[in-house]
Amino acid sequence: MNVFFHIGRYFMLLFKVFAKPEKKKVYYKQFMIEIQNIGINSIGIVVIISTFIGAVITLQTAYNTENPFLPKYLIGLGCRDSLILEFSSTMIALILAGKVGSSIASELGTMRVTEQIDALEIMGVNSASFLILPKILAAVIFNPLLTMISISVGVFGGWLAVLATGVVSSEDFIYGIQYAFIPFYITYAMIKTVFFAFIITSVSSYHGYFVSGGSLEVGKSSTRAVVYSSIVILLFNVILTQLLLS
Amino acid sequence: MIEARNISKHFGKLKVLDNISVKFEEGKTNLIIGQSGSGKTVFLKCLIGLFDPEEGEVIYDDIIFNKLNFSAKKEIRKKIGMMFQGGALFDSATVEENILYPLNMFTKMSYEEKLDRVNFCLNRVNIINANHLYPSEISGGMKKRVALARAMAVKPEYLFCDEPNSGLDPKTAIVIDNLIKEITEEFHITTIVNTHDMNSVMEIGAMVIFIYEGKKYWEGTNNEILHTDNKELNEFVFANNLAKQVKKFH
Ligand SMILES: Nc1ncnc2c1ncn2[C@@H]1O[C@H](COP(=O)(O)OP(=O)(O)OP(=O)(O)O)[C@@H](O)[C@H]1O
Ligand SMILES: [Mg+2]
Repeated sequence: MNVFFHIGRYFMLLFKVFAKPEKKKVYYKQFMIEIQNIGINSIGIVVIISTFIGAVITLQTAYNTENPFLPKYLIGLGCRDSLILEFSSTMIALILAGKVGSSIASELGTMRVTEQIDALEIMGVNSASFLILPKILAAVIFNPLLTMISISVGVFGGWLAVLATGVVSSEDFIYGIQYAFIPFYITYAMIKTVFFAFIITSVSSYHGYFVSGGSLEVGKSSTRAVVYSSIVILLFNVILTQLLLS
Repeated sequence: MIEARNISKHFGKLKVLDNISVKFEEGKTNLIIGQSGSGKTVFLKCLIGLFDPEEGEVIYDDIIFNKLNFSAKKEIRKKIGMMFQGGALFDSATVEENILYPLNMFTKMSYEEKLDRVNFCLNRVNIINANHLYPSEISGGMKKRVALARAMAVKPEYLFCDEPNSGLDPKTAIVIDNLIKEITEEFHITTIVNTHDMNSVMEIGAMVIFIYEGKKYWEGTNNEILHTDNKELNEFVFANNLAKQVKKFH
């Protein structure tokens, strides 16, 4: 179906999502559940992947800069900036699009095809807002923390790789991760993270919310959720980078 | 009273409902019968506003329901109980929480009062000691009964049941049918029930409409249904052998 139909329906859904919530207490409870599902349950995967990627970035930078004229602290600096600028914001967002996006779409899709969303509507609940708003808020609030964790753990992983292989001395590496630090890069990473968190949750919710059919369609919608969230993330990565760093 | 005036509904090119007009009176169990795929569920969903019919009006006691906005609809939905064909219980909530849900949304009862109401409703549908089970932990027939308990929890003025007793054993089916009839008459509810079970028709069908391929073919009481000369309805009513034998003896 055509792109404009989906974009239009997506924004109409958002409009419904951000309508004024009625029963705040119910929303709060739902929000806490989503913090657990979307945020806290993602810490594990973020820690594991970031540690290994931090280590690999460090080793690759080390083996690609064996030129003796290049200062050794570049390795730590390269590890730090790669993590902040790209890995911990964009790559982690893509990974979360896979993990969180597919689960959001299948959760909402199942609720749709088993008429649970209809049942909510009948009980006077704005189902879009009730189901989707807590997810968006949870991700937008919690994902910056995930990014911070990812940066810290990634640098730590790099340092572990340094200790294990001795490609550079620990002092040089630690000097490097402090050298010429640009605080705005963190701001940039945080802005990207917030945008991506919004994209992951809203795009995946869109795909789940409008499923029609049965379990087969629920499965397809969860795949589409991941694919489209990822594409939109990559697109906004370019746009935000141009806007923020140029 | 609920009235449908000239309701038509399409899905793409498929015309599912074709110009249906009917009045459902209060204090009566109104039945909608028709074979699978004839449009019963779609019609019911048009009546409660989950589908928007392209043509026609749905009227609740002089209010044109399908033209209202969300918050105005909500005022009427406070008075609606709906039991979905598949139950539509919330997976992430226990049986008790499922029934508490409409009470939380629509009433200002204290927690104890709500709990009393939950247990009262569960008792009426013969479910005991299942309050803290999740929908995935109870049987299909139990889900249906919990769904009915949830639909009647807020003491609705309008009760909709989409095949309340399909998938139940004959004995429980009769219990459920009679429960629906009882509360309808006791509280003077406007009740609309979708079914393709002729037993239900004979037990509780104070008013019956027959839908065939999206059109209303027939309307009458359960006693008249056995003597109709409408061909499609006859085929539906006397579809099985037992019924055919009975007709011969008549
Ligand atoms: N959301 C939808 N989109 C497209 N077509 C639909 C939709 N819902 C129902 N239909 C079609 O409308 C027709 C009537 O379906 P409906 O569910 O009302 O049947 P029914 O009478 O309730 O059948 P059953 O007794 O099996 O429940 C079917 O042909 C179905 O394919
Ligand atoms: Mg049906």
